[in-house]
Amino acid sequence: MSHIPFKKCVKDFLATFLLACAIFYPLMGFVLNGFELEIKPYRPLVPALSMAVIRTFFLYGLQPFLQNQWQKSGAQRVEKKEKTALLAIVILIATICFTLMVPFLFSNYWLNVGILCLIYILLALGLNIVVGYAGLLDLGFVGFYAVGAYTFGILSSYTGLGFWSVLPLAALVAAGFGILLGFPVLRMHGDYLAIVTLGFGEIIRLILNNWTELTGGPNGMRIPPLTFFGIEFTRRSKYGGPLFHELFSLEYSSATRFQLLYLVILAFTCLVAYISWRLPKIAIGRSLLALREDEIACRSLGINHVGTKLMAFASGASIAGVAGVFFGAQQRFINPTSFTFFESALILAIVVLGGLGSTVGVIIAAVVMTALPELLRDFSEYRVLLFGLLMVIMMIAKPQGLVRQKYSQYTFE
Amino acid sequence: MNAFDLYIIGQQLINGLVLGATYGLIAIGYSMVYGIIGMINFAHGEIYMVSAYVTALVIALIAYFGGLPVGAAIMIALLFTMLITAILGWLIERVAYRPLKNSFRLAPLISAIGVSLILQNFIQLAQGARNQAMPTLLEGVLRIGGEEQFMQISYHQLLILVAALVSMLSLNTLIGKTKFGRSCRATQQDPVMAEILGINTQKVISLVFVIGAVFAAIAGTFVTMNYGSFDFYIGFVTGIKAFTAAVLGGIGSLPGAMLGGLLVGIAESFFSGFVNTDYKDVFAFGILVLILIIKPSGLLGHPEVEKV
Repeated sequence: MSHIPFKKCVKDFLATFLLACAIFYPLMGFVLNGFELEIKPYRPLVPALSMAVIRTFFLYGLQPFLQNQWQKSGAQRVEKKEKTALLAIVILIATICFTLMVPFLFSNYWLNVGILCLIYILLALGLNIVVGYAGLLDLGFVGFYAVGAYTFGILSSYTGLGFWSVLPLAALVAAGFGILLGFPVLRMHGDYLAIVTLGFGEIIRLILNNWTELTGGPNGMRIPPLTFFGIEFTRRSKYGGPLFHELFSLEYSSATRFQLLYLVILAFTCLVAYISWRLPKIAIGRSLLALREDEIACRSLGINHVGTKLMAFASGASIAGVAGVFFGAQQRFINPTSFTFFESALILAIVVLGGLGSTVGVIIAAVVMTALPELLRDFSEYRVLLFGLLMVIMMIAKPQGLVRQKYSQYTFE
Repeated sequence: MNAFDLYIIGQQLINGLVLGATYGLIAIGYSMVYGIIGMINFAHGEIYMVSAYVTALVIALIAYFGGLPVGAAIMIALLFTMLITAILGWLIERVAYRPLKNSFRLAPLISAIGVSLILQNFIQLAQGARNQAMPTLLEGVLRIGGEEQFMQISYHQLLILVAALVSMLSLNTLIGKTKFGRSCRATQQDPVMAEILGINTQKVISLVFVIGAVFAAIAGTFVTMNYGSFDFYIGFVTGIKAFTAAVLGGIGSLPGAMLGGLLVGIAESFFSGFVNTDYKDVFAFGILVLILIIKPSGLLGHPEVEKV
């Protein structure tokens, strides 16, 4: 390795430090407190200094080192196909065994974290179909999630339908909303599409927030407790029917309901993951990928671009709708604050982090992004900051995500 | 229609104009950036939010170290806010967008969403999540009409209108008459050719971000002085409404941005005055969605042709 240009290094360090101070001092050194002002002269020094150190280290330490490494190893990349396939099967079986055992091994708290993980996996897989495969940036994805949850809330409080009958209905209603949004935006591309979907998602949330007669507005809606096809999980029967723990002669436990919910969501997630993994290999998925790459060429080759894009929108939306129902069943209370734009951005961050179009990557990212904040409770204030940083850094350093999606290639012989 | 109704309509028109002027000022940033590099600077609304905080901090700081005349305090606050946001705008472009020039199409937008989350959370951490307030600097209103029927415009609102007018005129001169303006227009028309002819397009892009940030800061300063209340979340909704304005006027067109801003502001003011206040944001987002679907090129823009 060549020697480090010391003078330049110091110059860059000072420049970064001064710039960081220019931003951090006014905004962190003085804190507004009503009309009063608190002056904290040492607070901005820590982030400014660390920023300067990180940048200098990156420019003069890490970057040359990585370039050296890359030059050394770049030429020899050997495919190890059989081994990885076997390894993948082993990992898959281990994961399935572990996830099946989660409800019976962990406390109620971690079980609920597990349910939340699965819900976010579902959402991320749904968004992955729209953003990853179809290349349509949807910033209002949380709208469909809200539609699913509120379909559950409204149907159960006005018609008395339960979880199981709402599940397919919510999927249908959300898919309907997906098509409703999909039709007008078919002509659009990239940025404009993103903004329209953003507006759509916000409109849904604002209507839910303001239509107090139907949705209860900011006060939210209550969701009835989950039943096992009408059999209650409570300790004592509310409606006089048989109870779950009596019927199966089990000890009563408050966790039973969540265990069942977890297993139902797990089954559904596995189904969606399988579909999402198969999608790039079947005809309609391949036309989706092709449309993403070049729409004009596809249309001239006779691919039905309207149907294909609508399919992507509708399936993504219905997955989000089902996730909304699961969310309602877990929380037993929904209100519009759960469906803000931040939620959309979070799901997008998961998809981006995992790798656009990569099923495995998206699942890993969803688990990491949902479970990590629970593990790092003390740093929960910095969660959003971290997500934002991750989005920017991923776009710059590794835009293909943690797990790069490989598409099958075809050659003529 | 009697005179009373006319005064109410006139009052809503004034409110709408003031609101629209701020949307127009912020829309300039969206429009110029989109015109030059074809990306939506999603973090632009957050720059407006940061400028509100900087303004309140400077005013509080001036009060802390002993008062200055009101006019001087406002000028210092404005200049300082412009300086800070200019640095911020430059920095964001340098760090988050410039490395993505040759990346895939959605990359800059995703990165911009990341920047917007960072700025929101940073302000929340640094200044606290509570709603902030700031004292009124200029008391008094200008009143037109009689004792019972009148319309009024406060000095703060008047300041917003004057600031919008002055900055729009100076921007028009900057873009239309100077060398920088010429290279700016050249870069907008054909970045590759401009580069070949010796224009430092990277510098132009940087400066466009700085100009956008400075305009957002002008809006942020005067709106904060007018409203006196803000929080770390104001950038999102205001940003989207300003973007609506930019699209309505025809994105990439500067008079269009101001026109769109005024139209959106007046429409919103009339809607919340005569129809329903709860749904005024729904109305604004509805306009946005409708324009983008029906006429994405806007009022003064050029329709975009899809190229192979």
